[in-house]
Amino acid sequence: MNWQWLHRFGSPKWFYEKTGLWVVALGLCSITLLVVGAVWGLGFAPEDAKQGNSYRIIYIHVPAAVISMAGYYIMAIAGGVGLIWRTKLSFIVMRAAAPIGAWLTFAALFTGAVWGKPTWGTWWVWDARITSMLILLFLYLGVIALQQAFQHQDSADKTSAILALVGMVNVPIIYKSVEWWTTLHQPASIKFTQKSTIDPSMLYPLMIMFVAFYAFYFWCLLRSARAEILRREQKTAWVGEILMKGSR
Amino acid sequence: MNPATLDYNLSNALRASVARELRISTRQLSELFNPLLFFLVVVVFIPLGISSDPALLTKLAPGMIWVIALLATLLSLEGLFKGDFEDGSLEQMVISPLPLVWLVLIKVFSHWLVTGIPLTLLAPVLGLMLFLPTDAYWILMLSLFLGTASLSLVGSIGAALTVSLRRGGLVLSLIVMPLYVPILIFGADTVNSAAHGLSYAFSLAVLGVFLLFALLAAPFAAAGALKISVNT
Repeated sequence: MNWQWLHRFGSPKWFYEKTGLWVVALGLCSITLLVVGAVWGLGFAPEDAKQGNSYRIIYIHVPAAVISMAGYYIMAIAGGVGLIWRTKLSFIVMRAAAPIGAWLTFAALFTGAVWGKPTWGTWWVWDARITSMLILLFLYLGVIALQQAFQHQDSADKTSAILALVGMVNVPIIYKSVEWWTTLHQPASIKFTQKSTIDPSMLYPLMIMFVAFYAFYFWCLLRSARAEILRREQKTAWVGEILMKGSR
Repeated sequence: MNPATLDYNLSNALRASVARELRISTRQLSELFNPLLFFLVVVVFIPLGISSDPALLTKLAPGMIWVIALLATLLSLEGLFKGDFEDGSLEQMVISPLPLVWLVLIKVFSHWLVTGIPLTLLAPVLGLMLFLPTDAYWILMLSLFLGTASLSLVGSIGAALTVSLRRGGLVLSLIVMPLYVPILIFGADTVNSAAHGLSYAFSLAVLGVFLLFALLAAPFAAAGALKISVNT
């Protein structure tokens, strides 16, 4: 099989040149959608019968939580691709994905706490999903800590890729065991009663926010990957040219 | 070289490495006693810090013993590959024809023999100090027996990833602790159930399954990590 395309795609220079327009497009797209979704969701979607206005935090909380999970897989798979095919770009993507994912996880936890205070009367409960998210945050922070600990770029990339892959295998196990643990230990008084159906008038803005968050995620990912490319390739001629053009 | 001699050499080499690892770990007795001492001192801290009320301590005992066993294992992990890395023998192991996975397994096994097993054997004493119901002693030991083996296996990945760092201890703990969550949950639950006279078979079985899974997967990840660490 011919893997040439993969290596061409894995070349930082090629990637940098091709994604210049993508950044602009994704940026515009995500900002527009975020504004539309937020105004619709926070301003115009109907009030919830039970939770009043506080439910509106789901328009930020749910997309952040879902993408923080997806982001871990994106990070780990990028690392795995880098280990197997030794493409430079994969590690760059992986390094860019770690802090973004960690911030999204933090955002999900934070908005969850803000929502929990009026709804449950407490900032924190040891609920299965909340606890798993916290452990996911620790997994992210572990990967970041390992990346920071090495001075040598190559070993930082490869070791953190292995850690991310080991974490990826563990994420479902951790999730399942935490879920089992909470069903066993948690008092039934506090329960997240999820409605089986969500009214379309509430659902549409949520879907827009989902797309907006994904666009935002990839926008951030591209931007920091491009910055990382410039940092790593700073001694090459083509980066030198770009920098000269920028300073002029 | 015909396959028969190669086979003979392999088993010979494996036997030699087992003997070597065991000799090293039994010669440094401080490495054997330090985690145990840590285990003991932290257990003394619990009544001092919380309460000496036997009823409360009975409740806390299973989880506390498990958390402390986990921390004691974490402390001992840094030395798993460090000595061999520093004197260069790890490099020889990586380039030797002997499969690195086997060497990792042997190292982890001897690590478990000098940390996990003594912790398991000491556990009833700590159970006594924390008023753990006597029915739960055997289950406590059995759960620690299975659980500490998983702790050593999973921890070996972290130890292999951080072996080339000069101050890797804290990073090692940070990256390994989230991976320990399932072991802690099921280990502590096994003892808790036994202490309350409930069925502990399920949690104990999960601990066993986790150990099998770790046995199959962790040495490969650790061997891969060692190759990277040695190449820098």
